Amino acid sequence: MPAGLLRVVTAGSVDDGKSTLVGRLLHDAKAVLADQMTAVEAASERRGYEGADLALLVDGLRAEREQGITIDVAYRYFATPRRTFILADTPGHVQYTRNTVTGASTADVAVILVDARSGVVEQTKRHLAVASLLRVSEIVLAVNKMDLVEFSEAVFDAIVTDFAAAAASLGVAHFTPIPVAALSGANIVTKSQQLDWYGGQALLEFLETVEPAVRADLPARFPVQVVLRPRTAEHPDYRGYAGRVEAGVLHRGDKVQVLPSGRVSVVAGIDTPTGELSEAPAGRSVTVRLEDDVDIARGDLIVVDGVPAPVVTRELQATVCWLTDRPLRAADRYQLRHTTRDVRAIVDLVESKLDIATVTPVPASELNLNDIGTVRIRLAEPIIVDPYALNRSTGAFLLVDENTGATVAAGLVR
Amino acid sequence: MTAVLPTQSDSLERGWLTDLEDEAIHIIREVFGQFERPVLLFSGGKDSIVMAHLAMKAFWPCRLPFALMHVDTGHNFAEVIEYRDRKVAEWGVKLIVASVQDAIDAGRITETPGQTRNPLQTIPLLDAITSNKFDAVMGGARRDEEKARAKERVFSVRDDFGQWDPRNQRPELWDLYNGRHRTGEHVRVFPLSNWTELDIWAYIEREGIEVPSIYYAHQREVVDRDGMLLAITEFTPPREGETVRMETVRYRTVGDATCTGAVASIAGSVADIITETAASTISERGATRADDRASEAAMEDRKRQGYF
Repeated sequence: MPAGLLRVVTAGSVDDGKSTLVGRLLHDAKAVLADQMTAVEAASERRGYEGADLALLVDGLRAEREQGITIDVAYRYFATPRRTFILADTPGHVQYTRNTVTGASTADVAVILVDARSGVVEQTKRHLAVASLLRVSEIVLAVNKMDLVEFSEAVFDAIVTDFAAAAASLGVAHFTPIPVAALSGANIVTKSQQLDWYGGQALLEFLETVEPAVRADLPARFPVQVVLRPRTAEHPDYRGYAGRVEAGVLHRGDKVQVLPSGRVSVVAGIDTPTGELSEAPAGRSVTVRLEDDVDIARGDLIVVDGVPAPVVTRELQATVCWLTDRPLRAADRYQLRHTTRDVRAIVDLVESKLDIATVTPVPASELNLNDIGTVRIRLAEPIIVDPYALNRSTGAFLLVDENTGATVAAGLVR
Repeated sequence: MTAVLPTQSDSLERGWLTDLEDEAIHIIREVFGQFERPVLLFSGGKDSIVMAHLAMKAFWPCRLPFALMHVDTGHNFAEVIEYRDRKVAEWGVKLIVASVQDAIDAGRITETPGQTRNPLQTIPLLDAITSNKFDAVMGGARRDEEKARAKERVFSVRDDFGQWDPRNQRPELWDLYNGRHRTGEHVRVFPLSNWTELDIWAYIEREGIEVPSIYYAHQREVVDRDGMLLAITEFTPPREGETVRMETVRYRTVGDATCTGAVASIAGSVADIITETAASTISERGATRADDRASEAAMEDRKRQGYF
């Protein structure tokens, strides 16, 4: 985890006050500039609102502002003296759940909002399921609108109990409940006296100090994006493989295998325009040279010898989040995108889907928009995978509609 | 192996800037890997300068494997055009200029007297994309700039008409960018999506990147117009009743001279600019862009029609 940076996703159902919470967080963390605030005040006045509607800070599209709802993921950037944040604010409406999946795919922390008056609803469980499935390492339950339930500890406790039951059936080991009132700012940046029974941190303090769990590390994985062959007078024979380290640490001198061919070699150098590196950890974009002249193209994976080794396979057992209106059925054909490789795929079998109300898998023969289910997929060519639980990069894939190019599913290798 | 760009520490310190750099280089390499004919938009403004710098790093020791394109309103700051042409020559890359003036002369678009040419850039941009058969167009837009841009994907598909449909965007998951598109469509790519104005300046300082002189404080003749300090140029003569005065100013953004305002500043170095940016209470566009003040959704409307 890079020092100082935290990626946060917020999710909640319609009218939970999520945009207000994000607006409040930005405002109270002094990330809103004077002219932006003036624009929000003017827009609020035009709409006849009492006071500035902080949701207008984040709901940027015309349709969002007209309907007073969030439609698409909005990314926000703010920093406190302790940390830099990227905040993905995702919509609450069921039809936009796919955008919650988008926001959660890169997040370290998920803040799931619940309205204190309505408690845990089906959409809350859906968001919890998404966060848990995509392995967001920290989950916050923010119980909002505490001011409308007289800051009642009993109401808060009942909601936490409900949420804990759903979390347990999804295998979520721990979460952090925080009571807040976004409209007035209670417990957002500073602790509120009206919530004196609450012994934990305010939301921002939690976000500033939380250390997301480090996932089990693998031997280095390096998907090749581009082969660099300058053929210039200065570099007549240079051949480098450009890409990003997606797991572990790659060292000069490491014994590596090139997959799927299985050829072996040794890392001769790790180049950057400003000089060579002796090692490169996950996340770094570099160019790798090998000691042997091996035939390597975009889509190949360079891996360091070690355990666990990745699996070279033409068959996948996977969990998918279905993101489009047309249902997924057995025998459907798609393009599958994994790391830097594209292959043709056939869905052989839809096995089950998650029943959101009971948070348990039930048998299914098709997946509809926003369904989360398990499938078996057959591929025209092999890909090289790790289980998603071990690595987000080599364990994740997309299904793409071959005709429209639309991204129709987020897939996780089991 | 010798370094070709200004040196920096090659230690493994995982700073926030290194993270942003790694992400942007990954995105730019994906563009090259997934598309046949990419192009990189280059105006000589700070964001496109940083993007070009990252692109050169992404392919080193190869030369930049695609052309640069400038959509030129004809209302330029001389210092920026001088910088653009000098850098293009230094880098040995091809520059395509899509000219608003040419499109006006050819009758493709009509200029409204007294109005900025900024929205007129859309037609020459789309014409150039079509005639050069570009399938990917990299731009330096950042999500922190504007609320409609905050909703933009890194890979953003445009239809035959160049239109952006914000309600029907592809989900963008993990770092798996989907550049698949149909014939006639193209994809706009924004490698700097996650950068802020402050990140740009911190990176310019770290990398020792040269930027046009108008970003630094200098003396200039200005008038107060639309709540901005507007420079007096051949395209923006003083209007009746306006008082021309000399001010010490700099530019936070570099765009069309008729709608880009200066800010009062004595920041003479990148370090000064970073200090000033960190302390600013006004956003970059709020301080300097008349065209975004037209309505709450001015940027969204322009983007829907095919603007950057």
